[in-house]
Amino acid sequence: MEASKKPKKFQGNKISQRPLTEKIEPLLYLSPALLLLGIFLFWPFFQTIIRSLHITDNLGRNALFVGLENYIELFKSSSFHNSLIVTIFFVFIVVIVGVLLGFFTALLCQRTFPGIRLFSAAYALPIAIATSGIALVFQVMLNQSIGIVNQILGTDINWLADPTYALLSIGILTGWLNSGLNFLYFSAGLSSIDESLYESASIDGANWWNKIRHITIPSLKPITFFVVVTNIINAFQGFAQIRILTGGGPGESTNVIVYDIYRNAFMNYRYGYASAESIVLFVIVVILTIIIFKVNKGGRINA
Amino acid sequence: MHSTEVDTLPQKKRKTSLAIDFKKFWNWRSIILLIVNLAVAGIVLFPLIYAISMSLKAPSEVYQQDASFFPEAPVFSNYIDVFKTAPIATYIKNSLIVAVAITFSQIITSIFAAFSFHFLKFKGSSVIFAVILATMMIPGESVIVSQYIMVSGWGWVDSLRVLIIPFMTSALGIFLFRQALHSFPAEIYESARMDGCSNIRFIITILIPLLRPTIGALAVQSFLGAWNMFMWPLLVTNADEYRTVQIGVSMLNSVDSQSMVLMLAGVVICMVPSLLIFIFGQKNMIKGLTAGSVKG
Repeated sequence: MEASKKPKKFQGNKISQRPLTEKIEPLLYLSPALLLLGIFLFWPFFQTIIRSLHITDNLGRNALFVGLENYIELFKSSSFHNSLIVTIFFVFIVVIVGVLLGFFTALLCQRTFPGIRLFSAAYALPIAIATSGIALVFQVMLNQSIGIVNQILGTDINWLADPTYALLSIGILTGWLNSGLNFLYFSAGLSSIDESLYESASIDGANWWNKIRHITIPSLKPITFFVVVTNIINAFQGFAQIRILTGGGPGESTNVIVYDIYRNAFMNYRYGYASAESIVLFVIVVILTIIIFKVNKGGRINA
Repeated sequence: MHSTEVDTLPQKKRKTSLAIDFKKFWNWRSIILLIVNLAVAGIVLFPLIYAISMSLKAPSEVYQQDASFFPEAPVFSNYIDVFKTAPIATYIKNSLIVAVAITFSQIITSIFAAFSFHFLKFKGSSVIFAVILATMMIPGESVIVSQYIMVSGWGWVDSLRVLIIPFMTSALGIFLFRQALHSFPAEIYESARMDGCSNIRFIITILIPLLRPTIGALAVQSFLGAWNMFMWPLLVTNADEYRTVQIGVSMLNSVDSQSMVLMLAGVVICMVPSLLIFIFGQKNMIKGLTAGSVKG
């Protein structure tokens, strides 16, 4: 200890010591983050690719190299085709509900009025709500005999057990969950529209609808694109609500990709096959993300 | 470029109309807006209002044909009984430990990494940074099978560490902190170093106070993410002892009226911590989310 401390006082030594510590130090501060990402993200990701090329035993160990066979089986499987179609429908419902709700509520808070902060908080609130929690609430709301939805609509539908309505119900729930974040994005977009545009439109005699159509909507185009794509990515990852409310059913009517991965891996113990499916999910999400980045560079979403 | 000008213009107007012209504030337009907003907020918040209302009903009231929306007489005992039906207190304790531990460690590891990127120039830093950013593209669900096989091979299943350690860093956090340090003058760091200030001391005494708004933004997101986590704890915990709230409460899932009101009481209880974080951190979070939206 002492020996290493003393020479520091001399200038000559200081210079020769510096480069070594300076080389190690940056990595020292980076190492917690790098190690964690490496062990818990990159390594499993690499393993997923390898595993997708194998048939595995019940513990997930690679038992037999099969090349692309898992992928070929996947793309031939009617169950996977069904999952893709279900996921696309699901994503469609989620985006429509979530984006329209977020846009409409942001529009309501564009101009100030008494209590605007309270209402803004209310519209953003779904951000804080757990998917599993609200799924349980919806389960009661959609209950055939005592649920409030049938009471209000005067219907007698078993929403979650009917193949026509189950996906719709879960999509609406997920759209509601996303609407809080969408509200914030749209609010940020609306606040950056030049007020004088509206004023000069008023002078020209434009009514409320004309202003929305010709000023608001065109100005929000870049942020709307961003919101839609993030909502699509989000919807591709839905799981808790499906696991709690339908378990992929009735039949396979709500068996979205993530739920199908879960079923193949943890119910059928087909880890290799589920890994191939995971890689397909990854590729879809990466493509969507690249689209955002590409457009983001051209657009100006600096909300 | 001219966005700052645009931003401040309407706000200034709003302020003056608020302060000077109170009568104008209560005009027909704002009254109509208020009424429409009341209706829409009622619809948006309906599931939550419904959950609270149902959780205060007596089990016998649930199946009444002509039952009103609000409980005839609020039954607060549901909120006590649910603690007897399931070890909710243990679930809450576990979730609090997990969420707080994840939040703290994400902040620390991200600040360290951002510090390294910004102040300690080294070869390959931009490549490493790009790789870290790229991890944000990997959807958690697509690696979860391998993550599960890995940690169960280590014998980590059914522990709190398996819920905490994999999430101790955040690529988004590293990005946000690096962004926040962007305009931090290098001279301050250099002169602090000249005066013999160690890197750790520099981080604790100078950087952390400066980064407080970003820390707040990340903290809200990390806490909400950890508190609301579902798929991972579902896979890696089986024992009640290590169960988190979201899994614990969803196991109360049942359709008979007795447990239905209890389940909703449990749901409402478990929403309280995340709602409190939302209410107190709302401003910070908005900053974080919109910054996160720009990402690259």
